[in-house]
Amino acid sequence: MNITLRVWRQKGPDDKGRMVTYKVEDVSPDMSFLEMLDVLNERLILEGEEPVAFDHDCREGICGACGVVIDGEAHGPETTTTCQLHMRSFSDGDTITVEPWRAKAFPVIKDLVVDRGAFDRIIQAGGYISAPTGTAPDAHASPVPKADADRAFDAATCIGCGACVAACPNASGMLFTAAKVTHLGMLPQGQPEREARVVQMVNQHDEEDFGGCTNIGECAAVCPKGIPLDTISQLNRDLLGSLSSGAAE
Amino acid sequence: MKDLYIEGDEIRDEKAPAGPVAERWDQRRFSAKLVNPANRRKLSVIVVGTGLAGASAAATLGEAGYQVKSFCYQDSPRRAHSIAAQGGINAAKNYRNDGDSIYRLFYDTVKGGDFRSRESNVYRLSQVSVEIIDQCVAQGVPFAREYGGLLDNRSFGGVQVSRTFYARGQTGQQLLIGAYQALERQVQAGTVEMNTRHEMLELIVVDGRARGIVARDMVTGEIETHFADAVVLSSGGYGNVFYLSTNAMGCNVTATWRAHRKGAYFANPCYTQIHPTCIPVSGDYQSKLTLMSESLRNDGRIWVPNEAGDTRDPREIPEEERDYYLERIYPAFGNLVPRDIASRAAKNVCDEGRGVGPGGLGVYLDFADAIKRLGRPAVEAKYGNLFDMYQRITGENPYEVPMRIYPAVHYTMGGLWVDYDLQSSIPGLFVTGEANFSDHGANRLGASALMQGLADGYFVLPNTINDYLAAGPFEEVDESTPEAGEAAEAVRARIDKLLSINGNRTVDSFHKELGHIMWDYCGMERNEEGLRKAVERIRELREEFWQNVRVLGENEELNQSLEKAGRVADFFELAELMCIDALHRRESCGGHFRSESQTEDGEALRHDDEFAYVAAWEFGGTGEPPVLRKEPLEYEYVEMKQRSYK
Amino acid sequence: MALKSAMAVTGVILVLFLIAHMYGNLNAFAGQEAFDTYSHHLRELGEPMLPHGGFLWIMRVVLLASVLIHTYAAVALWRRAGRARPVRYQVTKRVQRSYSSYTMRYGGIMIALFTVFHVLHLTTNTIHPGGRSESPYERMVAGFQPEFWYVTLFYVAAVIAVGFHLRHGIWSALATLGINRQSRQRSLNIIATVIAAALTIGFLLTPLSVTFGLVE
Repeated sequence: MNITLRVWRQKGPDDKGRMVTYKVEDVSPDMSFLEMLDVLNERLILEGEEPVAFDHDCREGICGACGVVIDGEAHGPETTTTCQLHMRSFSDGDTITVEPWRAKAFPVIKDLVVDRGAFDRIIQAGGYISAPTGTAPDAHASPVPKADADRAFDAATCIGCGACVAACPNASGMLFTAAKVTHLGMLPQGQPEREARVVQMVNQHDEEDFGGCTNIGECAAVCPKGIPLDTISQLNRDLLGSLSSGAAE
Repeated sequence: MKDLYIEGDEIRDEKAPAGPVAERWDQRRFSAKLVNPANRRKLSVIVVGTGLAGASAAATLGEAGYQVKSFCYQDSPRRAHSIAAQGGINAAKNYRNDGDSIYRLFYDTVKGGDFRSRESNVYRLSQVSVEIIDQCVAQGVPFAREYGGLLDNRSFGGVQVSRTFYARGQTGQQLLIGAYQALERQVQAGTVEMNTRHEMLELIVVDGRARGIVARDMVTGEIETHFADAVVLSSGGYGNVFYLSTNAMGCNVTATWRAHRKGAYFANPCYTQIHPTCIPVSGDYQSKLTLMSESLRNDGRIWVPNEAGDTRDPREIPEEERDYYLERIYPAFGNLVPRDIASRAAKNVCDEGRGVGPGGLGVYLDFADAIKRLGRPAVEAKYGNLFDMYQRITGENPYEVPMRIYPAVHYTMGGLWVDYDLQSSIPGLFVTGEANFSDHGANRLGASALMQGLADGYFVLPNTINDYLAAGPFEEVDESTPEAGEAAEAVRARIDKLLSINGNRTVDSFHKELGHIMWDYCGMERNEEGLRKAVERIRELREEFWQNVRVLGENEELNQSLEKAGRVADFFELAELMCIDALHRRESCGGHFRSESQTEDGEALRHDDEFAYVAAWEFGGTGEPPVLRKEPLEYEYVEMKQRSYK
Repeated sequence: MALKSAMAVTGVILVLFLIAHMYGNLNAFAGQEAFDTYSHHLRELGEPMLPHGGFLWIMRVVLLASVLIHTYAAVALWRRAGRARPVRYQVTKRVQRSYSSYTMRYGGIMIALFTVFHVLHLTTNTIHPGGRSESPYERMVAGFQPEFWYVTLFYVAAVIAVGFHLRHGIWSALATLGINRQSRQRSLNIIATVIAAALTIGFLLTPLSVTFGLVE
């Protein structure tokens, strides 16, 4: 396969950036999308041009490091992470546009690499259960109904890649926040901090300059882990509950 | 052989208590000095790495009141590669009432490690395993549960008890997120300072004590010095020395290798675990290998064609022309033989030219019988997500065509040598998780890597490090301390050198070639001739690297080529030591198979009389041979036996 | 968050109003007397506890407040979304989003402009295609005569915009108020579509019937 790539190149955080077109030849359909970028980069280095920077690590769809917008879709045309996208999803002769996640909360560091530290700060604001090491009761001390455990798990599979933000027309980080609120809120261990948690996390979300959620649903549609959209409704319910019970103060 | 290394004096683990094995951990906790809570905030600890072993240690030390500085090369601590562990975590809870106990987990682990691990350490690991599950559940880790609301268990890796706790196929992810959340909680509390996108490039040793690190800010390129009263390395394993492995692309040996060069012994570097069920390589462009859970071997049957060079569609090969070689050679265990044996058998049939798929490097893992026997829905329910993953990567439908699998480097049992307190041979330098060598011997059992990482980080290190820190705070050090300035200068010089070569080859091309050498000569099967050749070729390639590598751009920016170049440079040095270690150990044990040492029917043959020791290597100086220091291993509880799976 | 809740609550008020309004409109099919009596009775509602027209004024205040809050919240969220993505994508693609969610904001503007026209036309009768009248029924019938096809067309376009706005708006309000569950998501979307469609058809019926001579 021969592919034409239009890639966002940006030297650093303060550079204006621009799209640059490259031809990549002899692409195997069995290559992953990132391996195709590797091939391009190897060539660029030999030609004396700096390789395209992009975040990636595990390359098996679980660490959440990779993520670019491909032809207007976060992680590209399949519902998976960029590293698990393969070139067989494209056709010979395609022109593919590759852009970084676009959000004020995710400033570009270089080329396709963005800073997602805002997600860590949302977790710091309350995305945990306070259980210092050594204080735990026996694991069987509180049984959890299987349905609750399964729902907690579904929400907990979030990999923090940021595709939800990238795809949201409002650049909102609500699905990410809601996934954590739901994960911890479904478990008995998460109850004591439940009300405070949601308020603190949503406040932090808003402080990080993410947009507001208007229930459009693009986030859940592109989520490589299939985090359900109704986690946002669960967050809203918890939030209205804590605001009315005064936990916000 | 002595041309390649020097033998030094024997060493001992001075910290391990004697006495009954079940009481040793209690004893050590009692004999270790404590640090008054009020003094803890005057003491600082650097933790490098935020996987299970690092995040749990940093969080726990922060909770205890120490000032912690945590470092990771990723953009967030949540991305450390522990996240990719699929199977589960062992714990001797005996929730199934099936005869499990701390002693049985201890016994299985010592035996599984092929008698090359320490009894004291493994017993402690088994004891602590129970607390790990409690801790994780309290943090909100959503382990699989049964309808009654209690935790589910499964049997894993051929063990006869069900002691493995799991969270679908994403146990590592869930455990890591638990540790990550505990870590972020401490960041919020102000006890942990988090430094993401920072890579440790040098250890600072002052007056014989580990006192800090030199780290590069990977965004700005700034070379920073950080100081503390103790340094903990939780930087993972070095499987990426093989280029292709199941490790993450960024996994590297630099933190531990730099510490090794400053005096920390590197133990058993040749012990590598090669996992039998990975998706085979599809082309030269391949950047990494993906593991398929071992559980697939419960129902899949492994085979290759009888004849070499048979390229027919597997479905058209009649039953009598197939060789179900594991079932044939190991009738008792069949497809469920341990990882090392399954891997080597696959290599053997491929060496005979009977391998399948591109390059002939693959064997079939066939579910046709299972689908016939259980029905497709049952197979789908059990393995659906794995089949989907396989299809996504290969474009083939495993319900219709047999899967192709091939072994891949997965885990490294070797690592920095540590004593019972997890302290390396440099005072004040502690090492946890895969980065140390301690608990798995020559072969790691399934579902025990997660257990060890969390045991070290949550429960062992936070208790043992006090004994060292009780003597602190140590003398003030800062940028003006000569050792710190020299270390930072060395880092800058190295970076300048890499950027100035401007040769004709990319970093990746060197890394790939190194990987091929290691895979061919220091992979599943090793022999003296091959290893000698490998040492020679590694030296030549390293030489070429330092003259002909091309790294573009500058230091003062995000420069991924530069990052890779530094890591590959260290892999070259490690690779040589791995080969020397493999060369000197003229026995087959665990993940290390020497073709000169096998039984008449081709099975691994250990030589306990000669090699029942830990090979701890001391850095001999640049260009000088390394120094071998043996730590003898004694078995008081588990009788040393030759493994047999026939 | 407060913005979203305000948006949802005021949205629900406006939807309830629309349902009542549609009921009023449909009186047209019962003839001039029924229609005019209905609008007359609106002014008498609550008497003698309230003065003549009192209920209507309370309604107007509540509605106006709702519209203002709704608009304020919408504008605030819109601006926030703009700030949240200062650099736009060069290529964008709708993955699953509905046309209705896509047109929320511009549709909202159109509806606001239409509402102004609508009040000037049929409430205050400031604009009076087909002549002024004291009878609401006559104002309506006159306004939608075939020769004023462009008025009808404008109404039709606006009502369809309202329909689209409601399709996403009702679903979104329910989600914001925490009512959505995975098992209900489909049903809630169907409910939103049904209400939106019913209101659209209900509002289209009256003017189109006049234009096509079914109501005279």
